[in-house]
Amino acid sequence: MPKGIAVDKQGRIKARASMSDTNLLLTITVLVFFALYLSAVVFLGGGFTKPQNFLNILNNNASLIVLSCGMSIVMITGGIDISVGAVTSLVCMAGAVNLEQQGGSVLTVLLIGLGIGLAFGLVQGYLVAYLEIQPFIVSLAGMFFAKGMTTIVSKEPIRVTNEGFLAVKDTRITVPGLGAPNKLGQYIPAYVEVGVVIALLAVVLLFCLLRWTKLGRSFYAVGGNNQSANMLGINVRRTKFLAHILCSLLAGLGGILYFLHVGSGDVANGAGDEMNAIASSIIGGTLLTGGVGNVAGTFFGVLSLNTIKRIVSSLGFDEAWWSNITVAAMLCLFLVIQSIVLLRKNTAKQ
Amino acid sequence: MMTPVKNPETKLKQPGESLFKRLVRQQLFIPFAALALLVLFNLIADPSFFAVSIKENSLGNPVLSGNIISVLDNASELVILAIGMTLVTASSGGQDISVGATMAIAGSVILRMVCGGQVTADTLQMPLLLAVLIGIVVTALFGAFNGALVAYFKIQPMVATLIMFTAGRSIAAWINNNQLPIMNDISFKYAGTFLPGIPVPTPVFITAFVILLFWLALKFTTLGLYTQSVGINANSSRLNGLDPKLIKLLTYVILGVCVAVAGFIRVSRSGSINYSRIAENIEMDAILAVALGGNALSGGKFNIYGSILGAYVIQFLTTTLYKYEVPSTALPAYKAVVVILLVVLSAPVVREKLSSMKKAPVKAAKEVS
Repeated sequence: MPKGIAVDKQGRIKARASMSDTNLLLTITVLVFFALYLSAVVFLGGGFTKPQNFLNILNNNASLIVLSCGMSIVMITGGIDISVGAVTSLVCMAGAVNLEQQGGSVLTVLLIGLGIGLAFGLVQGYLVAYLEIQPFIVSLAGMFFAKGMTTIVSKEPIRVTNEGFLAVKDTRITVPGLGAPNKLGQYIPAYVEVGVVIALLAVVLLFCLLRWTKLGRSFYAVGGNNQSANMLGINVRRTKFLAHILCSLLAGLGGILYFLHVGSGDVANGAGDEMNAIASSIIGGTLLTGGVGNVAGTFFGVLSLNTIKRIVSSLGFDEAWWSNITVAAMLCLFLVIQSIVLLRKNTAKQ
Repeated sequence: MMTPVKNPETKLKQPGESLFKRLVRQQLFIPFAALALLVLFNLIADPSFFAVSIKENSLGNPVLSGNIISVLDNASELVILAIGMTLVTASSGGQDISVGATMAIAGSVILRMVCGGQVTADTLQMPLLLAVLIGIVVTALFGAFNGALVAYFKIQPMVATLIMFTAGRSIAAWINNNQLPIMNDISFKYAGTFLPGIPVPTPVFITAFVILLFWLALKFTTLGLYTQSVGINANSSRLNGLDPKLIKLLTYVILGVCVAVAGFIRVSRSGSINYSRIAENIEMDAILAVALGGNALSGGKFNIYGSILGAYVIQFLTTTLYKYEVPSTALPAYKAVVVILLVVLSAPVVREKLSSMKKAPVKAAKEVS
């Protein structure tokens, strides 16, 4: 009887006694996030005790949540896509030009964003899946291309004044029961932006997709082992192709959410977001070797990353460089934890 | 050993092959073809691209100038990085994406040393060689950090170096307290510009020296052999008495040293530093140089001369684009298109199709449809 399988009295297999890698890493991430946030509430108090402070993490990072989920999916299939940050920037710029100079509406921005995402996904996915070029190189070129195209579309930052767009941008959805009185004693309701709702919806949908659909399971199978996935009858190339399309579509959606949050097109939009997305995925328990990961973990990864950024800046280290150094230190810590956990598990199996 | 394509055996194995097919199979086919295309394009579009003239520089010395000189000069940092990157790629099957950020650190450390902590200094506050040595030690340590994560914690190289990629420029700014030190001593700029009385840019000599060092190291030491064997199969190398972890770590330290030299050349060109802009995107160019040189990015066998050639091709492309007044911000888009074309052409799947199309065009056409 292999280790790790518990059997009841009738000899039926009860349940897996040992946790799968995905669940183990997810548990670590969720625990770390709660530990971080609770210690911030206890030791720093102040802003951290207000629910709005937590909701602002969501408001500011709706786009990053979507980007990171896409990144996780590609990483689960064993690939990587570093073009997502640049695609975000391109979508913002194209959207701003469309609204301001071509008289577009919210609907056309939506179409443009998803269209750009789809185009990147089709090209990158084809090159990775069918021509077997390393995903890193392909998405590197994609990143270059998107960065260059952004400045070709417009070099100058464009501030959006379109009323229909601003109405959507400024829509605040109040969260009942979480408001707090301000200094004057007035009750200020807690709110989230429209983007957060879309992002959360995307997380839930992707979670279901990965857990309960054939496509979702084949992402894991392909990432876990290419050849055995092939022997199981999974079309490996098609699966990888679809993963890249999904990731780039989500990058397009992330771009729209970013645009909805900042309301302007700028070359600097989404700069470095590919690294934030990779970091969030890794903190969320996705392994770059593929086959292990979870968008729920990624969601908590984004939250953890931004919580620690806030903790560091509220400790008084508010120079610009501390934020980056913190992200790097956090990434390093999680990588080492993951590595130790997995190395131990592997040696225990043997 | 380094250039398997030159091995006569491989040629003898397929005696009936056409010249075209044998050419395509050459590892250096792609970089040479790319170089030939670029040269051809420039010859047709504007032959004056290749003009080399002697001009007086700001110090009154006669120096060579022209696009070709500029390619050789500006490719220096990239070539040095590509050499180190080739070793790292071969041993660990991954790439170091932090080289641009650690170049910023090297530059920052060297500038802090020669300026003695002041914002501007008119004379060297420390012997230049000592400052460069300190820079080398610092980046070698960062290289060792990356290498340790890759070798001992078994983290994929790209992810492990993502840490320094994220933090590097911030650390560089932190080292100088976010001030931008300016070094005005003319002898500091010798390494990045011209030595008095010599018309060829100094970085060309430094690059030649580095290439010579690696040529000697690969010829007379087991560095190349061990690196390849670890890259091809770490387990069997261990069973043969090698220490794969140590060798991986070593290649990252070597890359760290290369980074310091490249960073020194870069800050020496202007005598100052811009933390967020210095060597921006150079990691991408360095990885492309390795790929363009026909090296597998998944590790194993490598050809260091392919990477060197690849680096010059990339700089040639950049200079050509600049000449046709492509704005520097839009440059990445054009580069990306070229890169994709090159990578698609050199992809094994496409190459197979190409050679089968040559053989039986009808059959291949059916496959495509």
